Amino acid sequence: MPSQLVKEYFRTENLPHIWCPGCGNGIVTRAIVKAIDNLGLNKDEVCVVSGIGCSSRASGYLDFNTIHTTHGRALAFATGIKLAKPNLKVIVITGDGDASAIGGNHLIHAARRNIDITTIVFNNNTYGMTGGQYSPTTPTGDKGTTAPFGNIDMNFDLCELAKAAGATYVSRSTIFTANMLIKQVENGIKNNGFSFIEALTICPTYYGRKNRKGEAVDMMVYLKENAINIAAYDKLPKEQREGKFVIGEIYKSKRPEYTEEYQKIIDSFSEGV
Amino acid sequence: MSTKTEVSLIVEKNWCKGCGICVAFCPKNVLEIKNGKVNIRDLEACIQCGQCELRCPDFAIYLGGK
Repeated sequence: MPSQLVKEYFRTENLPHIWCPGCGNGIVTRAIVKAIDNLGLNKDEVCVVSGIGCSSRASGYLDFNTIHTTHGRALAFATGIKLAKPNLKVIVITGDGDASAIGGNHLIHAARRNIDITTIVFNNNTYGMTGGQYSPTTPTGDKGTTAPFGNIDMNFDLCELAKAAGATYVSRSTIFTANMLIKQVENGIKNNGFSFIEALTICPTYYGRKNRKGEAVDMMVYLKENAINIAAYDKLPKEQREGKFVIGEIYKSKRPEYTEEYQKIIDSFSEGV
Repeated sequence: MSTKTEVSLIVEKNWCKGCGICVAFCPKNVLEIKNGKVNIRDLEACIQCGQCELRCPDFAIYLGGK
């Protein structure tokens, strides 16, 4: 018998899920559900939209309004849903490739519009579903099926990208620091605007194996040892930042929200009638 | 008698894929992998911190009553 949390928010008839042993996607999915539970949201007021990829399979396991869309287009569908039903809490579940390669354009423009959507990127540094090709977040030098001699591209810093594009809540956590991730999803949902949360997760099957990162536990230990909270990171001398990454709430600001601005235009015409 | 009788740690064996994450991060060494699945080795030592439930990718272990 599953836990109360799982019974309440998951389509348990579809479990166990298809993710590989040690895949971190389940940890991120549970964190999202826990955040929704902590906020006390009504299930019918929540809409989860996902794209294509391992992470995007999550929507099928969740018992909210859910839609599993096309590759890279989760944010386009989510934008339509939010405009049609502005009262819904729209949550996008996407992966690093889905969000920043195939759907990179949708990502920057959703952020620019500051539309009230909470996007959680499951960043596992690879295209897991199709066999481990390198993605825009595969670190330079790391291997993928399509980069057998090492990736020569510079990898995106997704949080910096979202911040520059105009997101009003930007944060990063890991599957090791799952409690922090839960809090960030809560704060992201509460933010009236575009929230971008990068969840660093692990793919032991492809990225891990190809790059000799060890088993799931070794990859979790790596996240634990190299993630540094933003306050501590800022104080760290440059030479000690090598190989480390920032976690925490990276950026918060206030700007007009898109659907509210859109409603003002509609209202301005109805006033004139 | 044990004071830990209220401790309730539940395993959904059919969902466990034996990744060992819960075993590695349990601060009290309560768990082990046995025949490819998680097994409660020492329930007496459990402090109900919930670290296993927090990080189980398969929702296969959790504290009772939650």
